[in-house]
Amino acid sequence: MMTTTQFTQAITFIFLKPFFMRKKISFIMILIAGATVFTSCKSVKEYQKSRINDADMVLKARLSEKPELNFQTYREGAAGANGGKTGGGCGCN
Amino acid sequence: MMFLQGYSQYSKHRDSVYEPKPLRLDEINLVESYYNQEGNHSAILGGIGNEHVTDLSNGLDIKFVGWDQHGSKHTIGAGLGIDHHTAASAAFVSKTGASKTPGTRVYPSVNWNVENVKGNSFGIGAYYSTEYNYKSIGLEINAGRKISSNTEVSGKLSAFFDKVKLIYPSELIPQSTVVQTSPNTITTASGRTIRSGGDDEGDDDNKVYIPSSPRNTYTASLTLSQIVNTRMQFAITTDLVAQDGYLGLPFHRVYFNDGSVHVENLPSSRLKLPVGFRLNYFLGDYFIIRSFYRYYVDNWGIRSNTAELELPVKVKSFFSVAPFFRYYSQTASTYFAPYMSHTSADQYYTSNYSLSKLTSNFFGVNLHLAPSEGVFNSHITALDLRYGHYTQSTDLYSNIVTLALTFK
Repeated sequence: MMTTTQFTQAITFIFLKPFFMRKKISFIMILIAGATVFTSCKSVKEYQKSRINDADMVLKARLSEKPELNFQTYREGAAGANGGKTGGGCGCN
Repeated sequence: MMFLQGYSQYSKHRDSVYEPKPLRLDEINLVESYYNQEGNHSAILGGIGNEHVTDLSNGLDIKFVGWDQHGSKHTIGAGLGIDHHTAASAAFVSKTGASKTPGTRVYPSVNWNVENVKGNSFGIGAYYSTEYNYKSIGLEINAGRKISSNTEVSGKLSAFFDKVKLIYPSELIPQSTVVQTSPNTITTASGRTIRSGGDDEGDDDNKVYIPSSPRNTYTASLTLSQIVNTRMQFAITTDLVAQDGYLGLPFHRVYFNDGSVHVENLPSSRLKLPVGFRLNYFLGDYFIIRSFYRYYVDNWGIRSNTAELELPVKVKSFFSVAPFFRYYSQTASTYFAPYMSHTSADQYYTSNYSLSKLTSNFFGVNLHLAPSEGVFNSHITALDLRYGHYTQSTDLYSNIVTLALTFK
């Protein structure tokens, strides 16, 4: 099991190094873009959501994407944050 | 008195609005897919073997829905998946190439979710997966809160407790050791352990007992969904993933530069942090832009970017054609080196190309059909047919066809 110190070091490494040290400018740009999108949000009533509720507008992976998310998990080093699996599953070769 | 009268009317009003409804079958989802892959960097042969794989995947999900006296919606789901695959490289777990190439994985799941009238939700789930060399038990708890009619936050905690069966390449089976967990079980820790003593002693069916090693995965997920206007919405998702235990696979060979062969050796812990951003935009009356970007970082040295764009075209209100393209890139893990490149000075080593520096492209098309009267006037309310072609800079390529049906 990972110790508390190792866990803290890993969190620090993951969060601080890429964003604040090496990619400070990118991070600031992301913040500005995010703030712009948030401040431009309008209150949308239920009866105005016909387009938002369209099946192709759903904010997650489609049902038909599930098998491809699985094989990508095993053929690539990165996984998660896309509706795919983060654990469990098979000992694929 | 007026207060009591008012309260009484309120109660009657509540009873009339929130009439309980028993659970009933709401939806059945069926997902079938066929996957075919070619490549020449199999980890079983140390990064040089045939990677031909076929996989036939079948998934069934059944959903029951009911309402209680408080107006809360209860959803109970049950799922069953059965995958059957063949992998050419699996033959070479045995040095002679005599090992079996096919395998089957079965994975049932159950979940319960309740959503109140305000749109706040809570749920739990359990998952199990079994195949010859790998077993997994998963537990999940999730909750969601509607901050406003346009903003929603949800979180999920999940844990997977896996067992990796220690099947080593035939020439690398370790010398005999005593298995500590059972006084009646002696011999190799490799997969060639024979029970002695106890009830099994002397039986003809004293089968070879292959020990397992644990692999645990803990995930904390957080998602923010926001409607921007009548045509645009986005979601930000992050998964913090911590793994510990046996994180390699015991039948993966690694050839060192001195010609010696070893079993893949990776650290016993891994921390992953993917952050995904999804933005969908309805352009005019006929086009939709579905976009996704993910940045990923872990403490094994992998940094990755994923960008995906899908452009559904509304041919009819119930029929869309959606071409898609996905680009992926990653840096190599600190522990990866190709065939005969590792040295005896390396503490951790692998020749698994999924941990190498690579880029990949994935493109195809998704057809979505959902007429109000059902597909061909049947109980099928939605049909998705999807094809994708995948290429990787490691020379691996694959094709996948998926059919997803929703019955109501």
